Order: sequence, then C-alpha cells, then structure tokens
Amino acid sequence: MSTVETATDIRQFQVEIPDEQLSDLRRRIAATRWPTTELVEDTSQGVQSKMLQELARYWATEYDWRKAEARLNALPQFMTAIDALDVHFIHVKSRHEDALPLIITHGWPGSVIELLDVVDPLTDPTAHGGSAEDAFHLVLPSIPGYGLSEQPSELGWDPGRVARAWAELMSRLGYDRYVAQGGDQGASITDAMARMAPDGLIGIHLNLLSSYPTDVGAALFGGLLPAGLFKRVAIAVLSARAEKKEPEALDAVAGLFRRGYIVEMPEHPQTIGYALNDTPVGMAAWMLDHDADSYEKIARAFLDGDPSGGLTRDHVLDNITLTWLTSTPTSSARLYWEQFRTIFAAIASGEKTPELSLPVAFTVFPGEIYKAPRSWAEKVYPNLIYFNEAERGGHFAAWEEPELFAEEMRAGFKALRNGSS
Amino acid sequence: MSSTVGTATEIRPFNIDVPDDRLEDLRRRVAATRLPSKELVEDRSQGVQLATIRELAGYWATDYDWRKAEAKLNALPQFMTEIDGADVHFIHVRSQHEDALPLIMTHGWPGSVIELLETVAPLTDPTAHGGNAEDAFHLVLPSVPGYGFSAEPTELGWDSGRTALAWAELMRRLGYTRYVAQGGDVGAAVSDAMGRHEPEGLIGVHTNLFVPALGGEMPTETEQERAAVEQITVFRATGFGYFLEMATRPQTIGYALLDSPVALAAWMLDHDTDSYYKIASAFVDGQPVGNLTRDHILDNITAYWLTGTGASAARSYWESGQAQAKAAGQAPPPMTLPFGFTTFPGEIWRTPRSWVEKAYPNVMYFNEVERGGHFAAWEEPELFSEEMRAAFKSLR
Repeated sequence: MSTVETATDIRQFQVEIPDEQLSDLRRRIAATRWPTTELVEDTSQGVQSKMLQELARYWATEYDWRKAEARLNALPQFMTAIDALDVHFIHVKSRHEDALPLIITHGWPGSVIELLDVVDPLTDPTAHGGSAEDAFHLVLPSIPGYGLSEQPSELGWDPGRVARAWAELMSRLGYDRYVAQGGDQGASITDAMARMAPDGLIGIHLNLLSSYPTDVGAALFGGLLPAGLFKRVAIAVLSARAEKKEPEALDAVAGLFRRGYIVEMPEHPQTIGYALNDTPVGMAAWMLDHDADSYEKIARAFLDGDPSGGLTRDHVLDNITLTWLTSTPTSSARLYWEQFRTIFAAIASGEKTPELSLPVAFTVFPGEIYKAPRSWAEKVYPNLIYFNEAERGGHFAAWEEPELFAEEMRAGFKALRNGSS
Repeated sequence: MSSTVGTATEIRPFNIDVPDDRLEDLRRRVAATRLPSKELVEDRSQGVQLATIRELAGYWATDYDWRKAEAKLNALPQFMTEIDGADVHFIHVRSQHEDALPLIMTHGWPGSVIELLETVAPLTDPTAHGGNAEDAFHLVLPSVPGYGFSAEPTELGWDSGRTALAWAELMRRLGYTRYVAQGGDVGAAVSDAMGRHEPEGLIGVHTNLFVPALGGEMPTETEQERAAVEQITVFRATGFGYFLEMATRPQTIGYALLDSPVALAAWMLDHDTDSYYKIASAFVDGQPVGNLTRDHILDNITAYWLTGTGASAARSYWESGQAQAKAAGQAPPPMTLPFGFTTFPGEIWRTPRSWVEKAYPNVMYFNEVERGGHFAAWEEPELFSEEMRAAFKSLR
C-alpha cells in the first residue's frame, strides 16, 4: 500500500457477491428439509408451510440477486470507520442545493433495501409530485451488524452508540443542519439521537413509538413476573403512558410480546443465531414472522401474485438475501440484546431518560403493530410539531408505500426548512 | 402387502433401523454448517456459546456413532400401538420379579426416551443395582406423540391432558390394573394430568418438576419459597425465549429445527443454565457430569433429527398454551392420589416442601437430594432410581 488511510476516510463502495456464494445459497434452499404442515388453517402457529414453500421455490429458481446488487450499485455507496467499525451508507445528494439533509435508519428485519424506493421521491421531488423546496440530501446507513456494515466485535453497540455514530457520520459529511428519521429499531436510534441532541440535528420524524422512559419502568420492578419481564415492562410503560384510555393500542402491544422473536433475540441472540446463519429457509421464516399485517401482505405477494405496494417478492427476497449473504442475522439480533441490557441497566440505576426538546414529527401508518394515539406521542414527545395518520402502509412504511412515505417526510419536516432553528 | 389385518389395539414389536444415507446426509449437513461469529460475552448470557457448538459439531460429524444408540434402543423390547388415532412408540421392560410395581415414566422436552434408558436396569433389576426384589418395577417408557418414534399428531388437541388419557389406555392395554406414573418437565405435566384424571388402576404419581408453579403465583413466606420464586423469575427473565417461541410460533422455529442440525442442537441445549453448563463441560472440557456424556447428548439430538420431530415437539408447547388459555385461570381438578416429589438441586427452581404440600393434599413422599438437575433420570440414573424406590414404597 502506498497511501495510509486516515481514520476518517470515506471510501467508495460497491457490492460484489461471488457466484459461488449464490450457488451455495440456491443449493441449500433446494436441499431444505421441511417440517410437516402446521395443524391450523391460519397464521396462529407461525409462518405457513404453503407460503414458505412458494418463497423457497421462487428463491431457488427465479429470483435474481444481481438485480438487487445492480440497484444498490447504481447509488453512491460508501464505507467509513466510525468508533472503530466500518459503516456502510448510501449518500444521495439532491441537485437542489438547499435541500434538507436527512438521515433515515432502517430497522429489523430490514436493511437499506427497505429504503431504496424513497431515494428518488426524496432527492428528486419535482419528478415525483413535489416541488424543489421538498428536496432532501439523503443518507441511508446500515446499522453496525446489519447488511453491509461491519459486525461489532465488542459489547456496547446499543441504539445510543449507533446514534452517536450517526451524528459523527453527518458531521463527517459536512452537514451542520439536518434531520433524522426512523421506524422499528431505526426509531429507537433516531429517538436516541434526538435525546443526545448533537450539533446540527434540528428535528426528527418517527413512524414507530418505541421510546421506553426508564423512570416509568423503574416503578414496575419487584415481585413475580408472571407474564414475562419484557412483556410486563412494555405493557406497563405503555399503560402508564396511555392511562388505559387506549385499549386497542394496548392489546396490540401485548400481542407483539406474545411473539417469541421479541423475547428470544434480547435473551439469547446467539442460540437463534446458529439457526438463522445455517438455514436460508429457517432464516426467511424468522424474518417474515414479524407482524400480522406485513406477513399477510408478503404472503399475498408470494401466493396470490398480489403484492401490497413495494412489498414485492423480489424486494422481500432482496432483503432476506442480503442478510444471508452478509451472514448478519446473528449480529443483527444482538442489537436487541444490547438494547434491553441498556434499558435494564438504566432502570436498575434509576437513571432518568434524557429530556427530548427537539421538534418531533410522527406518522401513524394504519397497518403498524399498534396505532400510536396522538395522546401517547404527545406524552413521550412534548415538542410534537406534526402528527398524521396516513391512509395506507404498515410496519415497513417506506418499503411498502414509498411515495406516501416521502410525502410524510415533506410534510413532517416542512416547518424546519429555511427557518431559524 | 400384509396378509393379516391389524386390529386397532394391536401391539406390534418395533425396531429402529435408520438407513445409511440419512446418516450420511446428517454428517454432510453438520460439516457444511455456516457458523455465526462468536458471541460477545464469556458466559451463557447471549445463549449457547460458539466453543460448545464447534466442539459438538466437530464430534457429531466425525466420531459420533448413532448405531450405538440404535443398538441400545433395539436391545430393549420396543413396541408400537395406535391410541386415539396416533401410533405410540414405547419401551416395555418387565422385571423378573413377578410382583414388581408397574411404572410409566414420561420424558420431557428437549428429551425423549433416551434420557430414561439408564434407569431401566436399576428399576427393573434392583438386586443387581443395590436394591431388593421388593424395589422392582415393570417399566413402560412411551414417546409422547410428536416426539421421537411416536407418530406426529395430524390434528389439533394433543396437549398433556390428551397424552395422559392415552397413557391410561396404554397401561390398560398392557393389562396393568395397579400402577404408578412418573415424569419431569413435559412428562411432569402429563403425569400430573394423569393423577388429576384418576384413571382406573393408577394408584400414585411422582414428579421431579413442580407443575403448579407454571400456572400461577406461589407463596413467598419462607426463605426457601422466596429463593425458589427468585429462580423462577430469573428463568422467566433470561431463559424464556425458547418456551415462548414454541408456545406461540412452533411452525416458524420448526423450519430451522428441521433444516439445520446445528440449529436443532443449539435450540435443544439452551434449556436451562445448570444443564447447559454441564453439557458444555462434556464437550469443551471432556468433563461430563454423571451420565450427561457427549454420546448421550448427541443420541437424543440425533433422534430428534432423524425422526424430523423438531416442529412437532415444539407444537406440544403450543397445545399447552392453548389448553391454558382455554382453562383461563380455572383451577384444574384436584389431585387426591398419593403424590411424591423429589427436588433435584440443579433444577430450574428448587421446589420447597411447603409448595408441594399446598398443591397436592395427599403427599406420600418428599425429598431433596444431593445431586442432579433438570434431566435427573438422565444425569443421575442410580440416584433417580433410589428416589423411585423410596417414593413408591408405601404403595406396594
């Protein structure tokens, strides 16, 4: 090597998966040993055999990863070491000079793949029903341990640490006035950024209410936990927040914690990790079993050829295949372990959640795990500048409804443009 | 074509003979495992450790010999009989002592009849194992439907209660009119259900997992009671994922358990802290605890793999969850039969005598022993057998 890279170097990046990895994947899918069919006619025992077998058939025979690779490589991708770890990100500058810089964070079981279709409407609004004043410069990083970013090799990469890395990334890119957005784990990270209020961050938008104020959680400890610790914490926190006025939303949250994945990944990510890293079909099932709404939509894409918006067979498999090819299902599950460890440590120490005074915008997508009522959002985010319930879309809002999602970004952040912050 | 028509209650002799190509396929899959990166901790707190799985997979793909397990099983009298629409596999060993007490013992999850094999000789042939002729049992070891060599249920409803009814029918079919039942883990739930059902002939029950603690809050008046509650709390807060996943999404995890031998092994080893560290020590340090040797552990895992029962066994948790939801907090029928309980010190929680007496009015036996854990019969077969002798003595 004739040059020495500095630690803050930003390197161009392209995805190039060797052919043999793709043929190994196809071979493994074709060799799948299937369990017997579930004994129910609905989703109550988990991902249905009929749907997963159709997914496997399409995956092994018709699906073409190279198209996904080409889509990624058509965008400017980069790597940069932050906090000793290589972070992958897509960075698309709008041609509109005074566009607002926006960093969007994906969630689990997602990746930057779920955000690709918002790139055009956000960076080039005039071609997508908007005006030049709606433009964003867009930064889409991969969470460490997810997709093309490096896997953490030490403890401590909780949402807070990812948030600090994002602040450093935006500063390194020269943005001194920007906004942040996220759903799912991306919401936890974006919430943490806002509480940290790094130089330059002027507001956030979320599409999942994921913040757990630790001072509320502290009141819950002691005694027997008949329903399981996580469930109890989450439900009690939200009960306290909602003052039991929102029974439907509470039931939906309770339902989330009846799913094994939300308990297994924070407890023993390594155990489930052996499965996820060794069986493509096992991993696909685990990733598809996220929430009832998205599962039904994805099942429709495979079984009826009737996808909901951007949740097409190819897009769903792009995300699953990226996770497989990068061997990141285990490291991505570890984020939950880190997150819960931080929450419980904060509860045990009695530490208060930092105040969040930055402006917050929130959109409820109707198919989301629970429809957060405005009253909950206001309680968690006193400086709520925007609240809207969209017509369509679910947990993977940006993925499923990229145009509608982009409109929400425009509307959500409108008040923060060109103004004094 | 068979020239005879079997009657529904026929009892057929059974032998296991796994084709070579299935064993080769297993070894090939184990060797082709894609392992994840190492956990970021030095203990079990992120789950089964990579060093354990590496050792297990290395041994499994090269030195391990399933044929020895097959020979051990085939050396015992094994049978199949159809009960309630499902083919039930069972081992049936009659003692040479004619007036031996018939005993039906039920394995749990992630177990199978393999965890009970080393108790066969001490229980049926006590005079060769430090006991008297009066300690002898006629032994019946069935495979729970969906586990091991029993057929998988093809319809809903096979919860512990239905298995209990099937066991009563099995004992009746074998001609036993005065017998006892025993179990740990899922087997404890089945045996508990049998006791509450009180089928004709059943005269007493012993368990080594305290089933009522799974159903609700227990008293916390004494120090022992508080300690047990703390253990249950820790288990529910740190080791409950497998339970919840199988109780709610058995099919989802089932795909992984059927397709990846190492996934199946990791999922099965991640049961409880005590047994995990004992098993890890057998693989990593060559220091097995009692009978929890590398071979015995892999016999059980390999049986799950070869029978393809990872998903169907997980469904038994789903059925239990459904049954619990249906019961919706209603107390089960009381158990008035004589009841015995042994607390093994490494069990997930150390059940105090006071809890046993509160939940089972007719306690004939309680003991806390020196060694052993969740897989008591497997880990300490001699000690476990002594407990069987002592617990059921008053019923002979």
